[in-house]
Amino acid sequence: MAKRVGIEVSLAVSHAVQLARAEAIAAYPITPQTHIVEHLSSLVANAELEAEFINVESEHSAISACIGTSAAGARTYTATSSQGLALMHEILFIASAMRFPIVMTVANRALSGPLSIWNDHSDIMGARDIGWIQVFVQNGQEAFDHTIMAFKIAEHRRVLLPMIVNLDGFILSHVVEALEFTDQDTVDRFLPPYHPWHQLDPKKPVTMGAFGMPEIFAEFKMKHQVTLMNSYDQIMKVWQEWGQLTGRDYHPVEHYKTEGAKILLLTMGCLSEVAEIAVDELRDAGVPVGLLKLRLWRPFPFAALREAVNGAELLIVCDRALSVGGPGGPVLSEVRSVLYPLSPQPKVLGYIIGLGGRDVPPEDFKEIVAQAQAEAELGPRQEFYMYGVRG
Amino acid sequence: MDKFDVASSQKYDVYASRLLPKEEYFTSGHRSCQGCGEALAVRWVCKAIGKNAVIAHATGCMEIVSSGFPQTAWVQPWIHVAFENTAAVASGLEAGYKILARKGKLAGHPPKVVAMGGDGGTSDIGLQALSGAMERGHDFTYICWDNEAYMNTGIQRSSSTPYGAMTTTSPPGKRSIGQPTWKKNMVAIAVAHGIPYVATACPSYLFDLYFKVKRAVETPGPAYIHILSVCPTGWRSATDLTVRLGRLAVETGVFPLYEVVDGRYRLTIEIPKLRPVKDYLRLQGRFRHLREPEIEFIQRQVLAHYDLLLKKCAAPYPEFPPLSHAEEGA
Repeated sequence: MAKRVGIEVSLAVSHAVQLARAEAIAAYPITPQTHIVEHLSSLVANAELEAEFINVESEHSAISACIGTSAAGARTYTATSSQGLALMHEILFIASAMRFPIVMTVANRALSGPLSIWNDHSDIMGARDIGWIQVFVQNGQEAFDHTIMAFKIAEHRRVLLPMIVNLDGFILSHVVEALEFTDQDTVDRFLPPYHPWHQLDPKKPVTMGAFGMPEIFAEFKMKHQVTLMNSYDQIMKVWQEWGQLTGRDYHPVEHYKTEGAKILLLTMGCLSEVAEIAVDELRDAGVPVGLLKLRLWRPFPFAALREAVNGAELLIVCDRALSVGGPGGPVLSEVRSVLYPLSPQPKVLGYIIGLGGRDVPPEDFKEIVAQAQAEAELGPRQEFYMYGVRG
Repeated sequence: MDKFDVASSQKYDVYASRLLPKEEYFTSGHRSCQGCGEALAVRWVCKAIGKNAVIAHATGCMEIVSSGFPQTAWVQPWIHVAFENTAAVASGLEAGYKILARKGKLAGHPPKVVAMGGDGGTSDIGLQALSGAMERGHDFTYICWDNEAYMNTGIQRSSSTPYGAMTTTSPPGKRSIGQPTWKKNMVAIAVAHGIPYVATACPSYLFDLYFKVKRAVETPGPAYIHILSVCPTGWRSATDLTVRLGRLAVETGVFPLYEVVDGRYRLTIEIPKLRPVKDYLRLQGRFRHLREPEIEFIQRQVLAHYDLLLKKCAAPYPEFPPLSHAEEGA
């Protein structure tokens, strides 16, 4: 049965990996991911998790070794952050193109420079197009649940794609929360042992990672695109199944007080919890505002988002990353393009907040809503707004 | 067959080749250049590692000529991921098979893990991953195909290019004699990791190469083999001279054949009297621009290096002290 415990979120993620019976873990220490793999290595050292832990010499080798363990046929997990994710970048594309169901936690953190170990989403936004399934979580319970579910989604034979669970560094990873631990029996029933669909086996030799001539390359990319989009159905199925087992339901775009809302905020990750407080207070003050939480980032939930904004007049997209020299934050650009065919469509304004770990209290959201209302009436006058940045 | 080694191969002489495996694991139909020393080496290395093996290969000549989808020249299971991470992929493979074996999910013996890469993928961009894998002590064999430059991208210098050689990025000119630095000593770097087996080899000495590879894959822990692979395209040499050039590299002392077992050096092909390096250099267009003083400098350097190697071979102690757990406890 489920057990309620107070635990640091990083450790909860490690226990989720343990409950999922991961067989191989390769990792390199990087802040703020460290607590996750530290705890996993002690679980392996104490034989509480039957797995191989490879202490690689870089994140580049971490993801490369994960491809190796996955190719050998072992259930594989890794975790990283920021510069580490950037160092993996080249290999991330190869992992998904070769269809290895690796599960990775990214404890989101800003990218240099200047050097910052604190939270924002610029690391993962640089890895938008790597062809992995990606979700964002807003609290420890979600981090725990989605880590277990990720294995089931990734390993399904119609999916066979690697998956990233994004959780905000420090402000989520290092927080102690009360959360419900699902017991081993329930997880075992939910997640069967991993049987690789393709592996390197001398009894059935195959060549993996052959090179593609121009005549065949686009066909590979098309397959990848179709598979990633089709994984949507399987993700929904797994989330539903988990909901039935645990009573915790998840959706690609989640709604908070959106009934009758004329103004919608859109957030990802931890910001969502803070925004909820602001929405509560604004609603009490009579402002018709609601909150959309974007959980599924890849494959992008086109239909769910279009449906969710239906009827709103103003959509305020809050980005925790800046696309330097571009049309605002990465989420803003994507949401705008997704909503483009809608008619009528809400005015879409983008706010960039909380870069490099800067605190975002509920008051900021209230201020953003007020500013955005005024700007929307005026024009708007800018492509996007960087909130609270000193001259 | 088990007793069949380099010494007996020399005794059997002409019959020896018949005692080697007839199975082909690197098949015909690959697209390597005419006279490719590397293709010859790959074929015999694959025979030596046998059927129960998996190969992780770096990007480079050999990957490109052998794996154009939907065809493949590899009979053993084979994986290519990127240029610089082959040793890391091999680490993962080894760890993966180890845990599957421990959990009883693997029938029979776990396969031997072999990683392969060119000199660029080994001594330049892949050195970090290789060093990490050797340091962690994975049970795998790493094989470097050394054709002494980035031949796949069109003959650019690497840290394995010999002094004075002309490449497209180390061209001789008013202020350049070609490659300005001495070849990086990858073997010494591997030895410095304290791994149980390190060797040099060349397909011109087939039995020597074959038995070294066999020994490497059978040695528990990391093993490293550095194979000189003559490249007629990049070396600007006649395609029918490949085997002869490999022999000349050894006979002149430019590329001595030796092995380092548990830190102990041993020459496996002894050359009683070295030939002058000129015999080796003059057959290659890449050294054509060198004048007498430069050739003399190379000659002196080669002799000095060879002398140092002989001293290491004669040393009464190994490069690093072997110490087993049992002895530690005592």
